[in-house]
Amino acid sequence: MTSYRLDKGGLIDRSTALRFTFDGALHVGHQGDTLASALLANGVTLMGRSFKYHRPRSVITAGAAEPNALVELREGGRKEANTRATMIELYDGLVSKSQNNWPSLDFDVGALTSLASSVFVAGFYYKTFMWPKSFWEKIYEPIIRRAAGLGTASKLPDPDKYEKSYAHCDVLVIGSGPTGLMAALAAARQAKRVILADESSRLGGSLLNEQEEIGGTSGYEWTQGVIAELGSMPNVTLLPRTTIMGWFDGNIFGAVERVSDHLRVPDPYEPRQRYWKIHAKRAVLAAGAEERPVAFGGNDMPGVMTASAMRTYANRYAAAAGRSVVVFGGNDSIYRTARDLKSHGIHVEAIVDSRKESKADAAGTPVLRGALVADAVGGKAVKSVHLADGTHINCEAVAMSGGFSPIVNLACHRGKKPVWDAKLLAFLPPDNGEAFTVAGSAASRMLLSECLADGAAKGAVDGKPITVPKCRDEAFAISPLWWVKESHGKAFIDYQNDATAKDLPLAAREGYSDVELAKRYTTTGMATDQGKLGNINAIAILAEATGRTMDEVGTTTFRPFYTPVSFGAFTGPFTGHHFQPVRKTPLHDWAEEQGAVFVETGLWMRSSWFPREGEDWLASASREVLNTRGAVGICDVSTLGKIDVQGKDAGQFLDRLYCNTFSTLAVGKARYGLMLREDGIVYDDGTTSRLAEDHYVMTTTTANAAKVMAQMEFAHQALFPDLDVTYVSVTEQWAQMAVAGPKSRPTLQKLMDELVMTDESVPYMAALEVSIMGGIPARLFRLSFSGEHAYELAVPADYGSMVARAVMQAGDEFGITPYGVEALSIMRIEKGHVAGGELNGTTTAGDLGMGKMVSAKKDFIGRMMAQREGLTDPNRQAVVGIRPVNPADRIRAGAHLLKQDDTPSMKNDQGYVTGVAWSPMLDMWVGLALFANGRARHGEIVQVWDGLRGHRVMAEICDPMHFDKENKRLHA
Amino acid sequence: MLIPCPHCGTRPVEEFTFLGDAAPTRPTTNDPSTMEAWYEYVYLRNNPRGAIEEYAHHSGGCRSWLVVSRNTETHEVFGAVPARDFTRAKGAKA
Ligand SMILES: [Zn+2]
Repeated sequence: MTSYRLDKGGLIDRSTALRFTFDGALHVGHQGDTLASALLANGVTLMGRSFKYHRPRSVITAGAAEPNALVELREGGRKEANTRATMIELYDGLVSKSQNNWPSLDFDVGALTSLASSVFVAGFYYKTFMWPKSFWEKIYEPIIRRAAGLGTASKLPDPDKYEKSYAHCDVLVIGSGPTGLMAALAAARQAKRVILADESSRLGGSLLNEQEEIGGTSGYEWTQGVIAELGSMPNVTLLPRTTIMGWFDGNIFGAVERVSDHLRVPDPYEPRQRYWKIHAKRAVLAAGAEERPVAFGGNDMPGVMTASAMRTYANRYAAAAGRSVVVFGGNDSIYRTARDLKSHGIHVEAIVDSRKESKADAAGTPVLRGALVADAVGGKAVKSVHLADGTHINCEAVAMSGGFSPIVNLACHRGKKPVWDAKLLAFLPPDNGEAFTVAGSAASRMLLSECLADGAAKGAVDGKPITVPKCRDEAFAISPLWWVKESHGKAFIDYQNDATAKDLPLAAREGYSDVELAKRYTTTGMATDQGKLGNINAIAILAEATGRTMDEVGTTTFRPFYTPVSFGAFTGPFTGHHFQPVRKTPLHDWAEEQGAVFVETGLWMRSSWFPREGEDWLASASREVLNTRGAVGICDVSTLGKIDVQGKDAGQFLDRLYCNTFSTLAVGKARYGLMLREDGIVYDDGTTSRLAEDHYVMTTTTANAAKVMAQMEFAHQALFPDLDVTYVSVTEQWAQMAVAGPKSRPTLQKLMDELVMTDESVPYMAALEVSIMGGIPARLFRLSFSGEHAYELAVPADYGSMVARAVMQAGDEFGITPYGVEALSIMRIEKGHVAGGELNGTTTAGDLGMGKMVSAKKDFIGRMMAQREGLTDPNRQAVVGIRPVNPADRIRAGAHLLKQDDTPSMKNDQGYVTGVAWSPMLDMWVGLALFANGRARHGEIVQVWDGLRGHRVMAEICDPMHFDKENKRLHA
Repeated sequence: MLIPCPHCGTRPVEEFTFLGDAAPTRPTTNDPSTMEAWYEYVYLRNNPRGAIEEYAHHSGGCRSWLVVSRNTETHEVFGAVPARDFTRAKGAKA
């Protein structure tokens, strides 16, 4: 055991005892711990195995950039892989497991690959497994997938809820360290709407981790005062546990708030995570800087971590990385590390400063200047270090600091690249203008006083400045320190992907010196941490290996997301039945009473068939057809789009929308209309009725209802703005039912208050406003889709189910049956009426046999383009009927039509079957098809070739109207 | 992105449906000799890098068709006018 809990100090509540397990072993931590700090406090330093070499690993950082301490958290449906132990807040009952180990974390067979590691050099995926090809799939890939790879995902459904939220603010401040707090305060005091977000569990940023003095008190005390002031202001929203993960067009920021990740299970009605979309007029990035590791041998050994991480564990979490420490680096921050550790009673063996000179205060610790740690020695824990000059120092932990990289990721998400500063040895954020500024150490301000002042200035950019408190500064100076070449052991650059310093010059030698190519060749920066720790070191080593400057090498592209985002957060509440809304018609309850089987049609639930005992869908639909044609049936047609059109120019407007004419339609009559697209192809169809001189009611197909409405709005507002017309969708305001069959009239007659229904009072295509059932206003249309003597009855939606029940009662003596869309579809194919299969976005009015409807007397949408040669070619495929030569044969929709003697091939294609139905009236399968020059070829025998199902039958092309060609029943 | 709807105020882009370039003007005649103009109106669109005026439908709001001017490169939105006014102004100019 090397790491341990300090006796006092830290922002942890020692009065609490939180029990948790790691790989089955029970441990106890405190409120305020992370899983990482609690493990260290319990002496657990071995937290995982590395990806490729299965080396023992512990934490390297104390924050979001952690590449090593990735664990599987929770169990069952809540299991989450690759969570960073450094970001997991400890809670009572936490269950965690290590990853990448087999058979156990302590004894790992995969570590043997470390011995064969020459095989696993950069580019090994490309080199080793190139040949033979079949080996890749069968042998190499399964082995690699087993040996390498991160945690495993749960296959159970996630039991938790997720939310989406939108926010607008004047100023978004990202990061709540000294810079962020000052920026938020400066903006908030000007009454700006401020959102302050921080990925950590508590606001305060580095001031929670460091020993600072601000305004005559400790940095921590100062944060408490500022947070209290911000918290009391109604114009300020504080979002701890919230990662701003991307910057997008329009100054929109994506964020994930981990609402309940710190709890064993979320509180009732609380989501696990909330996805935020934040529109910010202005944003200040105060994300701080990431400390860089140094590449030396064994820099991945448990006990080696960044200096700031070791300070954080001691200061904030009262966890010591070891009893004796060597501090190594090339900048002044290593001295404060030594002082902080000593203040907690942790022995510092030596400060190893790569620089020959430094003015920083070592406070009595021995300093080896101009010295380098070449190798950490040990295995699962550090035992000592070898310096490059051969000196050997015993120690249990190593704190390292290669320098500081401003966290500029968000500032580069919209394409700009950061700029290298050779003096500060840092990539500085690009200039994105005033809408998104970068402040504090994220802009390479290395002194606390600079951070406070910069935050205050950038938070108040368009207002009056606030007073910046006085503070104690730590001096800062830095020299380059990237890679200790005297190392013997592996010196890691990308810990998570096991890419070493040597891999980069190798990539350059092999021709992959471009930074984007080197990244892919070595896999540096391609892991879940996206190179937060290692990328700058990689660029420096690549620069040196190729004799270029840092700027010339440049960075790889920074893309969203800053840290991984769960699918749950993106999905939000839209899962399962919540994926999309369900639309039920006003007759839904009635249909349910009648035993309807429903089918989803877009968002609608439509009654599909009404089975009786023992019937399958075809038996049910066939019975419904026979019953309707034999007596009477009722069908819910409420899903058809209904648009109310009124105004002086209503008729003229409809004339522009439809290829046929409506201004000449008589009041009280309905007419079938065909709507084209501007390119001349058929768009939609339906009947439109004229209820008054200036009042029409249009119907559209179910599928196109919303699109037709939008198209009308476009036509009126953008094309014909001077027409005096208004229109509104009334689809949901009216329940509509078709009542069809020879007994439809006597059935409906019983509902009428005054109307006596005759062929004279309600002629074919009549559209009347009537009163039914003692005063219910209704609309009665004599329309027929079934080919029967039929009506459509529309009533205000709330009366729908009641009226449908009344129709059932009225029709009872005639043997009325409800019928669904399956029966409807059978009847329309028997009658040759076109529907979705024929109105399929490729057909013209002529193709559908409706060429004569197209007016030549007026302008309408699609008129000109419909006249083009290609759209009037007589050889175009036109709608025909089709029926098998042998009535026992079945034809199937989608099958292609070929001339009788042609070889089955798409080269000989003549058309295809658009819809089929089993006709109970004709006792055979009949269909509709699109067939080249079809109308001139009725009577021709063709092959119906279904290449997909391997099926071929002979069929006869015929008139689309299979049943009652004289339309006798319609007028009966 | 936020779109300043002249009727509803500034609203998020998710409430809008974009149709594309508003520059082409629907010919006012059905004379067969104008087929070329019709063809251009129906099929030809510029794809500029930079400023563009586009039809947008406030489908999740007041249902007005607007003409939104924006920059295709930076996605900056400059403003929006009712399509009705845009069409009338174009007509007045022609
Ligand atoms: Zn609007």
